[in-house]
Amino acid sequence: MIDTDKWKEIIITLKQNKVRTFFTAFGVFWGIFMLIIMLGSGNGLQNAVFDNMGDFATNSCFMWTQQTTIPYKGFPRGRFYRFNNGDTEALLQNIPELKDLSPRLQGFGGDGANNAVRNEKTGAFTIFGDYPAWNRIDPIQVTSGRFINDLDVKNRRKVVVIGKRVVEVLFDSEEDPLNQYIKINGVYFKVVGVFKSKKNGQQAEREEQNIHMPFTTLQRIYNFGEDVGWYAMTAKDNVPVDVVEEKARAILKVRHSIAPNDDRAVGGFNVAKEFKKMRGLFAGINGLIWIVGIGTLMAGVIGVSNIMLVIVKERTKEIGIQRALGATPMNVIIQIINEAVFLTSIAGSLGLVAGFWLIELINFALNSSGSNGEMFKNPEVDFRIAISALVILIFSGVFAGLIPAKRAVSIKPIDALRTE
Amino acid sequence: MIELKGLHKSYITGNNKLHVLKGLDLTIEQGELVSVMGSSGSGKSTLLNVLGILDSYDEGYYKLNNTLMSNLSEKKAAQYRNHMLGFVFQSFNLISFKNAVENVALPLYYQGVNRKKRNKIALEYLDRMGLKDWAEHMPNEMSGGQKQRVAIARAMISKPKVILADEPTGALDSQTSLEVMDLFREINSTGITIIIVTHEKDISEKTDRIIHIKDGIIGSEIISTRKISETIGSYRNQ
Repeated sequence: MIDTDKWKEIIITLKQNKVRTFFTAFGVFWGIFMLIIMLGSGNGLQNAVFDNMGDFATNSCFMWTQQTTIPYKGFPRGRFYRFNNGDTEALLQNIPELKDLSPRLQGFGGDGANNAVRNEKTGAFTIFGDYPAWNRIDPIQVTSGRFINDLDVKNRRKVVVIGKRVVEVLFDSEEDPLNQYIKINGVYFKVVGVFKSKKNGQQAEREEQNIHMPFTTLQRIYNFGEDVGWYAMTAKDNVPVDVVEEKARAILKVRHSIAPNDDRAVGGFNVAKEFKKMRGLFAGINGLIWIVGIGTLMAGVIGVSNIMLVIVKERTKEIGIQRALGATPMNVIIQIINEAVFLTSIAGSLGLVAGFWLIELINFALNSSGSNGEMFKNPEVDFRIAISALVILIFSGVFAGLIPAKRAVSIKPIDALRTE
Repeated sequence: MIELKGLHKSYITGNNKLHVLKGLDLTIEQGELVSVMGSSGSGKSTLLNVLGILDSYDEGYYKLNNTLMSNLSEKKAAQYRNHMLGFVFQSFNLISFKNAVENVALPLYYQGVNRKKRNKIALEYLDRMGLKDWAEHMPNEMSGGQKQRVAIARAMISKPKVILADEPTGALDSQTSLEVMDLFREINSTGITIIIVTHEKDISEKTDRIIHIKDGIIGSEIISTRKISETIGSYRNQ
């Protein structure tokens, strides 16, 4: 029965008590509005945190040397040791699951003491000795030139890749730093690449003050001999980095005569684990948002149900008349459920639209003020989530109408007619 | 048309059992114009509710148009009411937010007749009631007599076999009451059975047969003076 009468009747009943209808609808509106806002904010928080990590390979771990804690093979506890080039070879050969291995060293200076000079300009920067693999583990964006390559490492070339901030400090604004020379701790290096960070906020600022040079060059110039500062490694796709970490630890322990059970001798940081924790945290936040959101929505829906009960009570006589004239119980039930669904759908859709609108507004404000970053970034709500929210809403509308509708038909028409 | 046999009906309120109809027998033929009278508590309203399939009964049987009315589902009852019965109430029972045409058309809505068609039919019936100009008016803009005529049009629109009227003139002044009764007579002349519950003697005198209900059974049945004079008149003309 496609008939405007049904809708006319719905609108008329709702119009009869505008204030009540408004407040009822507002409950549902507010529920869905809050759900969208909270989901958006949750996503904003998540986006910001994960964005701070840039394109960091999550299936990775770091490893460095610490003091031994257990005496072993005649060595006392509290011994210092160093990773070396032999370890690098051994790790590469003995761990088939290893995808990238990046030994690293850090040069002197950078903590306030100027270590880089160009003409009259000086600056204090952090200097790293790297293999090309590093750019696959914690990638930066090379804006001009290139990153360190295998030939640089092999030939111990005196070349550097410098961050954006380094360029700003050491070069005039109109100068092209490529192929220019800068002096680091008394040695001249040719600039072969300039990069900017893929991260956000403070992290990016810090990263853009870095200078990368070939690992072997740094090893020689700073007189590290065969030493390796620390390792960064990634596991092959589909292999958890824990496997690689475990194998590497075992190899390094054997090579440095460390007790097999001396876990504190080799320092490590498993990014995958931390990442997982973070994912878990956000999953938890998300779950909480849904619980609170659905709860708020339910409160709104129960409000609708309540008001429908009142409406049904007020209209008992009218329903009685309709039934005397031949309305079947189904006619009455459908009518009341229609009203409830109508009310929740309209209010819910408005809440949905308003929520989306506010999220977009926040997004716009963040973008235009440039503060999109560290704590909050690109709040957004998945369209599918919005649709599922709408579906939930329509179902809850049916639910809201069901109890009052049952009540309406439970009264016998004769009793309904008698009420005044 | 209507056949009641040994009809019993009691209401249970708490521990009390109120026996209202006590084995009532009644037959009403098609095309009759009958009034039901009785003091309050006599069971006349209950009788009307049973006749209108608005209420159930305990014992006996009720045949409407040779169909037994017992153990009906709400849906079936609604359909019988819709197709076979028309109701006219004391308090008109028009739906306040629908205008005259929409009120009249309501029974057809439940038959699934489309809006345009049913409003057209409703307008014809309003025209017959002399209310064509009031078609778009809301019930609260009409006088009691007009409202009752709208209600009568509503009762007639589904072409029922029987119209049940519960104190149809109870809320009307005497002049309007007479007009409404004339209307009923006119409708009756088209072959529709009409049963009017009333406690006004003047009104019952306008019908052909008066049924008195007393303590849940038929007290007496009287052929109204009007009918008698009519009959005598017809003999004279022979």
